[in-house]
Amino acid sequence: MKKLVKLEINGENFDVAITPTAYLIDVIRETVGLCGTKKGCGIGDCGACTVLIDGKPTLSCITLAVACTGKAITTIEGLSKGTELHPVQRAFIDKGAVQCGFCTPGMVLSSKALLDENPHPTQDEIKSALAGNLCRCTGYAKIIEAVEYAGQLLSGEVVHEQA
Amino acid sequence: MSRHDFDVIGKDQKRKDGPKKVKGEHEFADDIQFPMMLHGRIKRSDIGHARIISIDTSKAEALAGVKAVLVGSEAPIKYGIVPQMPTEYALAYQKVRFYGEPVAAVAAVDAETAEKALDLIEIEYEALPVYTTPEQALADGAVKIHEDNKFPGNIAYESDQNFGDVDEAFKNSHYVLGKVFKTSYVNHVFMEPHCAISKFDTNGELFIWSTTQIPHYLHNHLSKVLQMDMNKIHVKVTGVGGAFGGKGEVSNNELISALLARKAGRPVKVLYSRKDVFLQHRGRHPIEMRVKVGVDKEGMITGIDYDGTMDGGSYGGWGLVILFYTAAMLHLPYNVKNVRFNARRIYTNKPTCGAMRGLGGVQPRFALESLLDQIAIDIGMSPYELKKKNAIGFSHETVSGQVVRHSEFRKCLDQAVENSGYLEKHGNLPFGKGIGLAGGYYISGTAYTLYMAYKPHSSAMIRVDNESGVTVYCGATDIGQGSDTVLGMMAAEKFGLPFETIHVVSGDTSLAPFDLGTFASRVTVAAGSAVCKAADNVLKKLKPVAAIQLGVSPEQLEARHGKFYSVFEKSREIDFWKVVEKYIDAHGPLTATGDYTPPRRTGDFKGANIGHSPTYGFSAQCTEVEVDVETGEVRVIRVTEAGDCGQPINPVSVEGQVEGSIIMGMGQALYEELKVGKDGRLLNPSLHDYKIPTAADIPELKTTFVDSYDPESPFGAKEAGEGPIQPVIPAIFNAVYDAIGVRFTEMPITPEKVLKALDEKKKQEGIRS
Repeated sequence: MKKLVKLEINGENFDVAITPTAYLIDVIRETVGLCGTKKGCGIGDCGACTVLIDGKPTLSCITLAVACTGKAITTIEGLSKGTELHPVQRAFIDKGAVQCGFCTPGMVLSSKALLDENPHPTQDEIKSALAGNLCRCTGYAKIIEAVEYAGQLLSGEVVHEQA
Repeated sequence: MSRHDFDVIGKDQKRKDGPKKVKGEHEFADDIQFPMMLHGRIKRSDIGHARIISIDTSKAEALAGVKAVLVGSEAPIKYGIVPQMPTEYALAYQKVRFYGEPVAAVAAVDAETAEKALDLIEIEYEALPVYTTPEQALADGAVKIHEDNKFPGNIAYESDQNFGDVDEAFKNSHYVLGKVFKTSYVNHVFMEPHCAISKFDTNGELFIWSTTQIPHYLHNHLSKVLQMDMNKIHVKVTGVGGAFGGKGEVSNNELISALLARKAGRPVKVLYSRKDVFLQHRGRHPIEMRVKVGVDKEGMITGIDYDGTMDGGSYGGWGLVILFYTAAMLHLPYNVKNVRFNARRIYTNKPTCGAMRGLGGVQPRFALESLLDQIAIDIGMSPYELKKKNAIGFSHETVSGQVVRHSEFRKCLDQAVENSGYLEKHGNLPFGKGIGLAGGYYISGTAYTLYMAYKPHSSAMIRVDNESGVTVYCGATDIGQGSDTVLGMMAAEKFGLPFETIHVVSGDTSLAPFDLGTFASRVTVAAGSAVCKAADNVLKKLKPVAAIQLGVSPEQLEARHGKFYSVFEKSREIDFWKVVEKYIDAHGPLTATGDYTPPRRTGDFKGANIGHSPTYGFSAQCTEVEVDVETGEVRVIRVTEAGDCGQPINPVSVEGQVEGSIIMGMGQALYEELKVGKDGRLLNPSLHDYKIPTAADIPELKTTFVDSYDPESPFGAKEAGEGPIQPVIPAIFNAVYDAIGVRFTEMPITPEKVLKALDEKKKQEGIRS
């Protein structure tokens, strides 16, 4: 039996008719139509489906959508303002941390959550914060570099130069 | 770059798809929806080897919401990436050959209904013996997995190649060392599962959106299996979320989506689960290799004797090609005069092995680089010295007739050794710490096409006009490695225009001219050459127009900085777009094509066509490890790499290829392995149980490019995506030997194996003392 549920995604309210067993990722992708969140395994192993719930990185493929009412859900679409990218997104582009792009939305959100909590993480802190987000293309080196750079951008230590 | 003063080439270029990807807007196949679209799901066998007696789909068909049910007998046409040896069906026909093989498929209004319907399909099997190892499949009296297989028993293919006289060479050698090496059963683990959506239009033409490396092979296979003219089929490559060879063959879901869409009369999406990806597989062949290498007193290699048994899994796939690639990749990057190669690929009842990054090279490099390391140590020479002495020079022809027109491999060895401090560290680190050196190389495209046609391997068309700018149409496929960016950079450099102004249209069989696809590290050289030629042909049309405007000869004109100008008198210049306008006003549309076919070579032995490449990339790595003697864990601490990829077109992308290769190789060396039960089922087909490296596992990576430029390549470039994975595994194994004095010959080096080996070593030493 479907039931009507209110979800707040990227600051916008959505009334969605869903079954109690529906996972958040499927509701976000199929019911709401925000396809930036990716499904790489469907059982919480790869991190591609990461969204932020009240600012905390959460695996949307093993989170029931009904459990998210009254919480602030941020998907990758909620990070940039129009064409203006979030510093983490800019850093990923600048440092060559993007290859196929499938892990990227989850990776960017996990990075943002880390930097919100810890603006100057060490390399080890970055590695541990991203250990739940798998990437097979990059070997992670440029992603780690991008997160360090994003930290500097966010704290104003360096200013992003438009190419 | 000292030799060439480029504006675009060799400078880090931010990819055009970057902003879309960081915003989650890059469109992957599963992001595509159509009105009335159905979801297809696949019923897989729960038996490893059997004859299909009957399939009853009536209950599934009766389920509300089910729009089509499909079985193998509805498309009993064999296909395969090697067109001369087709072995596969869209859905199992008459027999199943591995546990989890697609047997039937359902299209329904939603995925849940489709999955429910799968449970209602009843299949009766007559069980056959299940062979999960080559030994079992080769045993006397074993049932043939493929009854029409031309080779005896379950040998899918076998070959021997003999060059020089290995026995004689060994007789006269100072030292000969032989060992048995075993490689593991590993999967690509690209992050995006396979997905295809098929849709027929009112005129019966098929449109398919799929995440594939090989749109033209898919085009060809669809035509064959659906018995439709190719000109009624349109293949559109979506975003590809990684592939590494795993999307380099037509996948069952692609054919099934098209067959279901035709039957249901509605668009059908077939998305794989992660488990489906493991069952589709096409990962690296496990090979048991018996390899011997001889050297003379100076450490010069006298001969190589190789005997390899490849565990191919249930179908043909790329296997035949990989077998011959392995033969071709035994010799290099060293100068070897006597080589004997005996190998066979065996059918077993497991998911099929195929093309995985560095195919044909990774396994023999593991054996050879390990043996050379041990030989050097045994004869009291530095492995670096031995490898450097035997390394090929600037150009080389192997005993098998492969021509390497350009190599800086020696420079790679020198730089990796120098940057890592290898000579000071090797043999001198405390117990538990070690450093290992290995070299490797890879082809930059293959000279032989399986397509059985003599048409160019790559073609490109460029359209230039004042409304749309420059558009490069090319059948090459960007699978995440950034080839669209590289091809766009080449066109930008040719025209002297900013990269941002170039549009690249790729991976679409309706829009772009023919290209074989993305595999064998061929795109930069092959598609790049085609794009460069097309651009030159555009310039040939534009220069005479500019020349008349400027009153100079066309030959003295250069296109740069958005202008045509005389190289002798730079003030004689005219805006590029003004010239385009004049050309089109006078002559009409401005387009030009370019194409590329690598030089063909052959010989008078079986497989002589395969393995040749226009040019080769090289890599050397010094890898430092720490072995925890308490827990048995091996940790890679630092990898120092030096690579010869010719002129890097987009250096940041090349670094990404190198870093990704190193971490992927590290996974195979240390922990990745698919486990198979006695009944043939995969025991760990999930990313929970099949571990790949995470960010927390990565070592320090120091990668450098050696100064290199292949003058016959487009802008001097060579491959970078598969060469760097070649040395990774043996460098780790050699480092482990340096750390604890144990020569492992079987992947992966798990803590369990380390502890066992240390225990045995202790016992041995106890006996000796």
